[in-house]
Amino acid sequence: MAFTDKDLQVMDSIINRYPRKRSAIMPLLHYAQSRDGFITSDGIETIAKKLDLETAEVSAVATFYTQYKRKPVGEYHVGVCTNTLCAVMGGDEIFAGLKDHLGIENDGVTADGKVSLEHIECNAACDFAPVVMANWEFYDNQTVQSAKDLVDSMRAGKPKAPTRGPDVLQNWKETSAVLAGINDGHANEGVQAGAPTLLGLNISKKGARG
Amino acid sequence: MTQLTPVLSAHWDEKDSFTIAGYKRHGGYDAAAKALKMEPDAVIQLVKDSGLRGRGGAGFPTGMKWGFIPQGDNKDHYLVVNADESEPGTCKDMPLLLANPHVLIEGCIIASYAIRAKYAFIYIRGEVTHVVRRVQQAIDDAYAAGHLGKNIFGSGVDLELVLHVGAGAYICGEETALLDSLEGFRGQPRLRPPFPAIAGLYARPTVVNNVESIASVPAIIAHGAEWFSSMGTEKSKGMTLYSLSGHVTNPGQFEAPLGITLRELLEISGGVRAGHQLKFWTPGGSSTPIFTSAHLDTPLDYEGVSAAGSMLGTKALQIFDETTCIVRAVLRWTEFYKHESCGKCTPCREGTWWLVQILRDLESGKGSEADLEKLLDLCDNIMGRSFCALGDGATSPITSSINYFREEYIAHLTHGGCPLDPHAATVFASAKAGV
Ligand SMILES: Cc1cc2nc3c(=O)[nH]c(=O)nc-3n(C[C@H](O)[C@H](O)[C@H](O)COP(=O)(O)O)c2cc1C
Ligand code: SF4
Ligand code: FES
Repeated sequence: MAFTDKDLQVMDSIINRYPRKRSAIMPLLHYAQSRDGFITSDGIETIAKKLDLETAEVSAVATFYTQYKRKPVGEYHVGVCTNTLCAVMGGDEIFAGLKDHLGIENDGVTADGKVSLEHIECNAACDFAPVVMANWEFYDNQTVQSAKDLVDSMRAGKPKAPTRGPDVLQNWKETSAVLAGINDGHANEGVQAGAPTLLGLNISKKGARG
Repeated sequence: MTQLTPVLSAHWDEKDSFTIAGYKRHGGYDAAAKALKMEPDAVIQLVKDSGLRGRGGAGFPTGMKWGFIPQGDNKDHYLVVNADESEPGTCKDMPLLLANPHVLIEGCIIASYAIRAKYAFIYIRGEVTHVVRRVQQAIDDAYAAGHLGKNIFGSGVDLELVLHVGAGAYICGEETALLDSLEGFRGQPRLRPPFPAIAGLYARPTVVNNVESIASVPAIIAHGAEWFSSMGTEKSKGMTLYSLSGHVTNPGQFEAPLGITLRELLEISGGVRAGHQLKFWTPGGSSTPIFTSAHLDTPLDYEGVSAAGSMLGTKALQIFDETTCIVRAVLRWTEFYKHESCGKCTPCREGTWWLVQILRDLESGKGSEADLEKLLDLCDNIMGRSFCALGDGATSPITSSINYFREEYIAHLTHGGCPLDPHAATVFASAKAGV
C-alpha cells in the first residue's frame, strides 16, 4: 500500500515531536506498520526519505526490535508469556495448547489471517500469571481453555475484551497506530487496576479500620 | 510487624484514578506548583535530603544524580524516564502508569525544573498498548490544563514532554542503550564515561530515572524530606512497591517501607499457596541471585539484600514452591538473556549461547557433573568482563542456583531428565485439587 498525502502529514507531525528528526524513526516504523501491517520496503524507503537516511540505516534499526514484523501477522497477534514465572504457572501448557488448537507453530499465522501466535518474554504482569497478550493488550490469569476460547472469539470476528484494556480489542493495524503515539480516544475505557494491583492497598485499608 | 504504607498506590482503588480530575481530587499538581516557586537547587537539595534512591535497580541516590548535571553551561538538558520495565518478574511501573499516569507527569515537571531541562521523554516499552494510551491521554490532558508546554503554571518555565514507545528489546532498559534507541539507533550500550549526566541524549547533560523514582518526587515535595526519610531504614529511605508473584495465595503489589521482609509480606498477603512450601525466590528480578527459605527474614533494603549475597533490584519477588524445577527455571531465564543479548560484546553474546547449550543438556539428563564446573567457569568469564550489566545479570541465576541446589542438577543426571512433574507447578493443578 502506498502512503497517502495524509499519511505523510502524520509522519511529519511525528517528526516534529523531537528536537532531532532521527529520533522519530521508531514511531515512524510503528506508523508504517499501522498502514501496511508489517515493515515493507515501501515503508523503509518512505521513512528513509523523510529522515534523510539510507534505507540500510532504517532497516538496521527495524530488524533490531522484535515488535517490527518482517512478514504479515494476524489481525489479532497473540503472545503467550513463557518467561520463567508464567511458564511455570501454566504458560507452557497454554502455548502448547494454542499451537495445537490453531494448528500453527511459533510465529505462525492461521490460514484465514485472523490469528498469529508467538511466545513472548515477561510482559510486566507477573502478578496476573499466566499472562496472554493480544495486540499487546492484557489478558490476565489465563487457562488453556480460556486462551482457546479467546482465539476462537477472534476467528469468529468478535474478540473477547482484554482484562485491563479498551472495551473492544483493536486490530493489529489500529494498535500499531497507538504505538506510534496517535491517541485513539480509548484511554478512559477499562479498569483503572486489576485486583492484584489493589491487594496491598485493600489490606492496608482493612487494617486501618481495625 | 511492619505496616504497609500506600502513598503512590493510595488512590488506585478509585475508578477514575488515572484521569486528571481523579488526580487533582487529592491535590494532584499542587506539588509541581509548589516546586516551581522554589529555587531549582533547593528542589535538588530537598530530594537529596529525603534519601530517595533509584527504584530502577541500582539504587543510586536520585538527588545526587540530579546534582551532577552541570549548571550554567548554556547547553540543553534532558530528562528521560525509563519506563521500559522488562526485567523478568518486574511488574510495578506498568500498573502504576495504568492507574495513575499523572503522578509521573507531575514528577517529570518537578525533576525537569530542578535540572533545568526544557524537554523530557518517557521511554515506555512497546508491548503494553493500554498503558501507552493512558500515558498519552494524560500528557494530552496535562498540556490542555497548562501544566505542560509554554509558561507552565504561569511560572515562565517551559516544558515539552514526549512519550516514546519502544519496540521490544530488553536491553533498551539499560540507560545508555535506551539513549541510543531514543536517538534513533539500534539499542546498544555506550562506553562510560562519559556518563549521561555529562553526555547523554544528543551528547547533552541528561538524567535517566526509573518511573517509580520520578513518581515518588511529588509526595516528597508535598510532605517534605523528613516525612519521606521517616520511613525505611538507615540508608534505604522511604516507601516502595514490592511485587509478589508466583506460588503465593495472593499475588499483587504491596507498598511498604524499605526493609520489610518476605516473611512479613507473606504473612500480610496470605502466604505461599496452600499445601506447599517456599523453595526459592528472587528479591529483585531474574538478574538478582536467588534466595531460599533461609532468607525469609532478610530486610528487603539495598544493604540488607546485598549483605545476604543478592541485590534489591526491582523488588520483584517471584516466589517458587517445591513443585518447581530449578534447572527448568534457570534454563528459561538463560534463554531470555541469550535472546536479549545485544551482541555488542563477545563474553555475553557467545557466553549466553554456551550457557543455554549446557543447561539444555543438563535438563534433559544428557550432561555430566563436569558440566556444572563448566557453567561456573563460563559465568566467571562473563561476570565483570561484559560491556554492560546484562551479561552480569545472566550469570546470577546460574551461580546462585548451583550454590543452593547442586544436588537437584545432579538428580537430573541420575534420573535421566527432570524428576519433577511440570503440571504440578501450574495454577491449574492447585485449582483442580480444590486448594
Ligand atoms: C539490561 C538492563 C535492563 C534495565 N532495564 C531497566 C528498566 O526496564 N527500567 C529501569 O528503570 N531501569 C532499568 N535498568 C537500569 C537502568 O540502566 C538505570 O540504572 C535506571 O533507569 C536508573 O534509574 P533510577 O536511578 O531511577 O533507578 C536496566 C539495566 C540493565 C543493565
Ligand atoms: S553485555 Fe550483552 S547486552 Fe551488554 S553490551 Fe555486551 S552483548 Fe550487549
Ligand atoms: S513472567 Fe509472564 S508477565 Fe512476567
